[in-house]
Amino acid sequence: MNFSEPFKLSGLLGRFSPDGKCLASCVQHRLLVRDASSLQILHLYTCVDQIQYLEWSSDSLFILCAMYKRGIVQVWSLEQPDWHCKIDEGSTGLVASCWSPDGRHILNTTEFHLRITVWSLCTKSVSYIKYPKACQQGVAFTKDGRYMAVAERRDCKDFISIFVCRSWQLLRHFDTETQDLFGIEWAPNGCVLAVWDTCLEYKVLLYSLDGRLLSSYRAYEWPLGIKSISWSPSSQFLAIGSFDEKVRILNHVTWKKITEFEHPATIASKKTIVYKEVEKSPTVGTERLSFPPTRELASSLFSTQSKYDISQVPVSLQYIKPVADRANPKVGVGMLAFSADNCFLATKNGDFQIMSLSWHSSGDSMLLLSKDHFCVCYLEREEVK
Amino acid sequence: MRCCLRWCSGTQPGSVAMGDWKTITVPVLSSDSQNTFPYTSERKRSPTSMSSQVLRLSLPSSKSMHSFFSAFCTEENIEQSISYIDRELTTLGFPSIYAESKGKELNLVSMVNCMNELLVLQHKNLRAQEEIEIQHLKLGSDMDHLQNCYAKLKEQLELSKREIVGLQERDRQLQSKNRNLHQLLKNEKDEVQKLQNVISSRATQYNHDMKRKEREYNKLKERLHQLVMNKKDKKLAMEVLNYVGRADGKRGAWRTDKTEARNEEEMYKILLSDYEQRQKQLLLENTELKKVLQQMKKDIISLLPPQKQKPKERPEDGLVLSDQEEDIGELNKENMWELSCETVREQLTNSIRKQWRMLKNHVEKLDNQVSRGHSGALNAKDVISREDHELETEKLELEIQQCKEMIRTQQQLLQQQLTCDDDTTLLLQDCYLLEERERLQEEWRLFREQKKNFEKERKNFTEAAIRLGLERKAFEEDRGAWLKHQFLSMTADCKSENLTTPSAFLRNSDPDIRLVRSTSRQRRLPSVLSPTVSPEPCQISQYITQNSVASEKAAADNKPNLWVESDDKEETEECTKSWEDSGLGTLCRNLHMEQLP
Repeated sequence: MNFSEPFKLSGLLGRFSPDGKCLASCVQHRLLVRDASSLQILHLYTCVDQIQYLEWSSDSLFILCAMYKRGIVQVWSLEQPDWHCKIDEGSTGLVASCWSPDGRHILNTTEFHLRITVWSLCTKSVSYIKYPKACQQGVAFTKDGRYMAVAERRDCKDFISIFVCRSWQLLRHFDTETQDLFGIEWAPNGCVLAVWDTCLEYKVLLYSLDGRLLSSYRAYEWPLGIKSISWSPSSQFLAIGSFDEKVRILNHVTWKKITEFEHPATIASKKTIVYKEVEKSPTVGTERLSFPPTRELASSLFSTQSKYDISQVPVSLQYIKPVADRANPKVGVGMLAFSADNCFLATKNGDFQIMSLSWHSSGDSMLLLSKDHFCVCYLEREEVK
Repeated sequence: MRCCLRWCSGTQPGSVAMGDWKTITVPVLSSDSQNTFPYTSERKRSPTSMSSQVLRLSLPSSKSMHSFFSAFCTEENIEQSISYIDRELTTLGFPSIYAESKGKELNLVSMVNCMNELLVLQHKNLRAQEEIEIQHLKLGSDMDHLQNCYAKLKEQLELSKREIVGLQERDRQLQSKNRNLHQLLKNEKDEVQKLQNVISSRATQYNHDMKRKEREYNKLKERLHQLVMNKKDKKLAMEVLNYVGRADGKRGAWRTDKTEARNEEEMYKILLSDYEQRQKQLLLENTELKKVLQQMKKDIISLLPPQKQKPKERPEDGLVLSDQEEDIGELNKENMWELSCETVREQLTNSIRKQWRMLKNHVEKLDNQVSRGHSGALNAKDVISREDHELETEKLELEIQQCKEMIRTQQQLLQQQLTCDDDTTLLLQDCYLLEERERLQEEWRLFREQKKNFEKERKNFTEAAIRLGLERKAFEEDRGAWLKHQFLSMTADCKSENLTTPSAFLRNSDPDIRLVRSTSRQRRLPSVLSPTVSPEPCQISQYITQNSVASEKAAADNKPNLWVESDDKEETEECTKSWEDSGLGTLCRNLHMEQLP
C-alpha cells in the first residue's frame, strides 16, 4: 500500500467528489481542489472565514463551504472558477447547511433551529420551513432525491412534513406518536420512512410515503432504548441497535422482529471466529542503543508488525463497565452497517474506538477506521453452486 | 401331721381341670417329720411352675412314694382307711369295695376292678397329661416366638415412629423456608412494582416539566424570530454572480393546484409500483412454496404403502375413492387452476396434513411392529421376521459381491479389448512415430552441434594452413632471394658465365614469379605492394594474412569483390563445395592460387 505525502488539513474536512475525480480539502479559510489521481491542485478558493463545513453537490460541479461563526455560506463552481455565490444569514445565525439532492438548492438551518431556509441557485426564490426539530437526523432525503422528510415540533408534539424536492411543495404533513423524535430515515426504496424516538423510549414507527402509519415496534419499555438504526440496501430489513447491547432486525413484510443478535462480553459460541490483532514490536537490547540513533535503528524501533491470530473460543472481550450516572452511556450498539448485497451486517457494540465502519460496494471487504489505526478486512466467501 | 383337704374350686366331678389347683394337703404321719410334702401350698402359680408342680404331682419320687404309701395306711387305721377309700371310690362313681353296703367284708373282685379302673384311669390321665405337657411346651415355644416377634415389631415401630417424627420435622422446616421464600418473592415483586410506579410517576413529571420548558423555549424562539425578522437585515440576502441552470435542464414551474395534483399522483404511482413489485415477489415465493408442497405431497404419497381399494358396492361408506386418488385428482385440479383462492389453498394444506398424519401413523405402526418383532411373537404376514430379514440381507450382499466381481471382470475385458482396438493402435503408432521424431530431432541437434564444431576446427585448420602457406611462401621468397643473392654473388665472381644456366629454375621462377606477381597484381587490390623488395614479402605476407583475416571477418560483404575468378577449379570447387557459406572459401582459393608456381 502506498501513501502520498501528507497534506495540511483543518477541521477534518477532506472530501472526494461524488464522481471520484476530485478531492476537496480545507486549510483554515482556503479551499483546495485537487485531482484525485495525481493530487495536483486544480483550483484554490479563498473564503471569508475559517471553513467549518464542506460538501460537494451531487453532480460534482459545486462545492459548499459553510462558516457557522459568520453565518455565511459560499458556493464555488468547478466549471467556472470565477463564479461565486455567497449566502449571508445575518443575525439569524447558521447552525447547519447542506445541499439538496439535485445540487441546486442549499438548505440552511438557522440558529436555535428557528427555521430552515431553502436558497435556490437557479431562481430567485427562497423557501422557509418553520419549526424544524433540533435533533440528530431531522432532515432526510430519499435515495432518488425526489422527496424530503423534515421533522418538526409544534406545541410539544412531533410532526413530519414531506416535501417534493423538485418544487419544494408540501406533500404530506402528519403527526407522529413519538414522545421526542430522535431521528428519521428513508428506506432505500423511498417508500417507507422509519421514525424513532429518543433513547428514553424504545419506539420505532414506520410510515408510508403518503403518511399512513404502517407499523410500530417496541421491544421493551423502561431501559434505555434505540442507539442506532440502519436499513438494508434492498429495504427488506431494518436493523435496530439498542442500549441493551442487542440488534433486532425487522422484516419489511410484517414489520415484526425476525431475529435478534446479542453481543455478550464472553464469546462462547463455537461458530464465531474471533480475530485478535497481535502486535509485535521488535525488542532492542540496550547495549545496542546509540545516540543519535541510526536511521535503521530508529525505523526498526517504530515499526510494529501486526498480524491477526484466530483466538479459541471462549474469548472474553475487554469490557469496561460505563459510569452509571452519566447521560448517553458508552454502551449499546452504536454503529450498524449492512453490506451492499444484504448478506452481512457489521455492528459495533460498547465503547470500542471505531470511528467508522463501511463496506465496499462489492460486499466482500470492509474498512474499519479507529483513531490511529486503519484496517481492511476481506471476506472469503464460499461459492454457492 | 395333719392333712387337710381342700377341694378344687370350679371342677366338675370326674374331670380334671388345669385351672386353679388349690392345695390338697393330705394329713401325713407325724412320725415322718423329715418327709417332704409332695403337696405344697401355693395359689395360682404360673404355668411353668405349675407344670413342674404337676410333674411333681404326677411323679413323686419313689422314696417319698413309699413313705407316702406307708403313711396313709398303717396297721391301726386299716378300717378307717378302707372306709375312707370306699367313700372316695363311691363318690368318684366306682362301685363300693365292700361286699355289702354295711359289712366289713371287702369285695375283692370289685376292689380289683376298682384298682384296675383306677390304673386305667391313671394311665389315661398320664397320657393326657403327657399330651397336655407337649401341647404346653409347644404353646410355650410359640409364645416365646411370638414374644420375640412382638419385641422386634415393637422396636421397628419405635424406629419408624422416630423416623416419622424426624421427617415431619424436616417437612416443617422446609415448609417454613418455602413460606419465607414466598414472602421474600412477594416483597421483591412489591418493591419492583413500587419502583416501576416511581419511575412512571417520575417520567410523567419529567414529561410535564419538559413540556413546560419547551413551551417557554418556543415562546422565546418566536420572540427571537420576530425580533430577527423585524430587523429587516439588508445583509440577509444571497448574492450570486449569475443564476445557474437547473440540474435537469428544465425550467422552473409555478406552484399551482395542478402541480399539487401531479405530485400526489406521482407519489401514489411510486407507492403502487413498490407494492406491485412486492406483490410480484410474494407471488413468486408463493408459487415456489406451493410447488414444493405439492412435491412433498407426492413424495409422501409414494412413501405410504398402497391403500386397499374400498369395493365400489358400498357407496354408503362415503369413501368411494381411496384418499390417494382423491388427492391426485386434487393435484390435477390445482394444476389446472393455479389460483391462490382460499379454498384451493385450504385444500392443499389439508391434504398435506392428512397425508402427513397417515405417514406418521404408518411410521408408528412400523415402529410397533419392529418392537414386537424384537420380542419374537409374530403371526402377521405383513411383517417379516428377523431371520427372514437377515437371510434377505445376506442374499443381497452375495448378489452385490457377484455383481462387483462381474463388473471388475468386465472392466478387465474392456481394457484388453481396448488395447487391440484399431484406434488405439493408430494412436500408439502415432506415439511411436512421435517418439522417433523426437529422437531424430535430438540426433539432428547433436549432428548440427558436431557440424559446428567441425566447422570451427576446419576454420582453425585452414587458418593454420594459410599461415603455413604464407610462411612457406615467405620462406620460398627468402630462399629465392638468397639464391639470387648467391647467384649474383656467383655471377659477380664469374661474369662471363651465362646468366641463365645455373639457375634456370630461378630465372624461370623469377620471371614466373614476376609474372605471377604481376598477374596477381592485376587481380589483387591496389593495396598490395610491389614484389621486388625483399624485406617486404614478410610484411606483405603479414599484411596479406592481416588482410585475409580481415577479409575473413568481413567475409560476407567482401567476398565477391576480392576474387573474381578461380583458376584451379577442381580444388577450389572442392573447397567451395565443402565450405560454401564462409569466406574461408575465398581464402582457400587464394591459397591455391598462391601455390601456382
